[in-house]
Amino acid sequence: MALAPAVTDLEQLKDKPEVAALLGWNASAVAEAKFDRNELTVWINRDQLVPACLFLRDHPELRFNLLSDVTCLDWYPSEPRFEVVYQLTSIPRKARLRLKVRLNGDDTKIASVISVWQSCNFFEREVFDLFGIQFEGHPYLKRIMMPEDWKGHPLRKDYPVEGYR
Amino acid sequence: MALTQTPALEPGADRTMILNMGPQHPSTHGVLRLVVEIDGETIVRIMPDIGYLHTGIEKTTEAKFYQQVVPLTDRIDYLCPMTNNLTYCLAVEKLLGLEIPKRAQWIRVMMNELTRINSHLVWLGTHALDIGAMTVFLYCFREREDLLRLFEMVAGQRMMTSYFRIGGVSLDLPLDFLKRVKDFADRFPANVDEYENLLTNNPIWIKRLKGVAHITAEDAIALGTTGPTLRASGVDYDLRRDAPYTGYQDFQFKVPTSTVGDVYARYLVRVQELRESIGIVQQALEGMPEGRIKADAPKVVLPDRENMKTQMESLIYHFKIITEGFTVPEGEVYQAVESPRGEMGYYIVSDGTAKPYRVHMRSPSFANLQALPAMCEGRLIADVVAAIGSIDIVLGDVDR
Repeated sequence: MALAPAVTDLEQLKDKPEVAALLGWNASAVAEAKFDRNELTVWINRDQLVPACLFLRDHPELRFNLLSDVTCLDWYPSEPRFEVVYQLTSIPRKARLRLKVRLNGDDTKIASVISVWQSCNFFEREVFDLFGIQFEGHPYLKRIMMPEDWKGHPLRKDYPVEGYR
Repeated sequence: MALTQTPALEPGADRTMILNMGPQHPSTHGVLRLVVEIDGETIVRIMPDIGYLHTGIEKTTEAKFYQQVVPLTDRIDYLCPMTNNLTYCLAVEKLLGLEIPKRAQWIRVMMNELTRINSHLVWLGTHALDIGAMTVFLYCFREREDLLRLFEMVAGQRMMTSYFRIGGVSLDLPLDFLKRVKDFADRFPANVDEYENLLTNNPIWIKRLKGVAHITAEDAIALGTTGPTLRASGVDYDLRRDAPYTGYQDFQFKVPTSTVGDVYARYLVRVQELRESIGIVQQALEGMPEGRIKADAPKVVLPDRENMKTQMESLIYHFKIITEGFTVPEGEVYQAVESPRGEMGYYIVSDGTAKPYRVHMRSPSFANLQALPAMCEGRLIADVVAAIGSIDIVLGDVDR
């Protein structure tokens, strides 16, 4: 099977209920969207993340009640350097959605979504530990994988796979 | 984890004490450390401390070719290596847009269900051992030995099988293999009866498990649990049925659920899953299609050994794949699979080169472990062991 090209035009993506609902709610929160390989990705502006998550969780036709995963991508050396990735699942609708938030390398603060989904607790701690993203409002943002006195964030791209730092 | 987050213990001012459980504790199923604050025998607070088994597999993958990552994935959840292989291979195949032959899909389903049985047997044996039922452990490991011999037949390895490949499976099933699986599948339901005879109506088992470590459906979803832990709380969600992959849509099976949400419910759900899994294996045995076991994609899939030695073109492809890998078109996918523990997801980002830009494993044990404090707080210290056993964590999966 050949790969269909990715759709990135917001107008074309309005047939997806998630995109249509988000644009109808607050068009300035959505930076970009992409439909590729049967998976929908929406880029949310950083200051709108928590309201957008609340909206997606509580909207009666979307109902993204499970936060499956939080992780991060490091696009070093290009800017904006980081992308925090949220995988949402709607158990009643059996649907998935990926949210992304872009962050600059010199300003790695983002609001924690713990008020929306408690399950982000460990996930955000892991991203903090391995990427150094500061989740504001997280109740216990401490290293979870690496030792407490570890220097650096191992999954950043400027951190070598082997040898000395 | 520093103890600074726990309240200062002034003599006489506070009734609680801090108990350190693990990381070397036989009932934590690996190197899990729990910092438990107790008031008498009642748990006030419980904090899992993890990371003792962190191996940095996610970082390692960024320096490997796509096909070299497969053996690494076994090491994440060592009780269900084939499920890890499958999730990774499915994710890369989705990135590539590869079509997998039906026989390979069915072999994958069959091996995946045998792996689920293997994992549930280890869970049942060790869980019963924690509670004090020694016999069940020996029975479970008797059947597990048969399964490990089957894995050895197909993969040459008992535990770290690495049997699946991107584009199919590494080798066709050996002679006599299906007959041996059939032997196993025919006698296994009687074995499950044996375990149930020992446990299901056993008064000690019931007293230790019923009403213990209860969690509601709302809490279970909010805390991110999936798999049997979620289904035992009454949420009917199984990725094999709700988001079918690798041909699960061709199989008939029930998804066992319970609405009770305690340790006993999780036990019942998993035992029912053993029976459903062996049913899927039986269906796979009956309808196993003939045909190729690898996708027709010479630039991605290694050629057969015979062709590689006799045909120039195959030799070139073989050499290219081994030395340079294969490039994967730019993009990102999140592939989730129902592992024995819950939703196992691989998030892979490709930048168009032969090495993955990022591989992230969403491991079910890591997410399920978050539910442990909600299950234990306000309850007795003796129930912690039952609660840990019931969420079925594998520490390799938690720490990666």
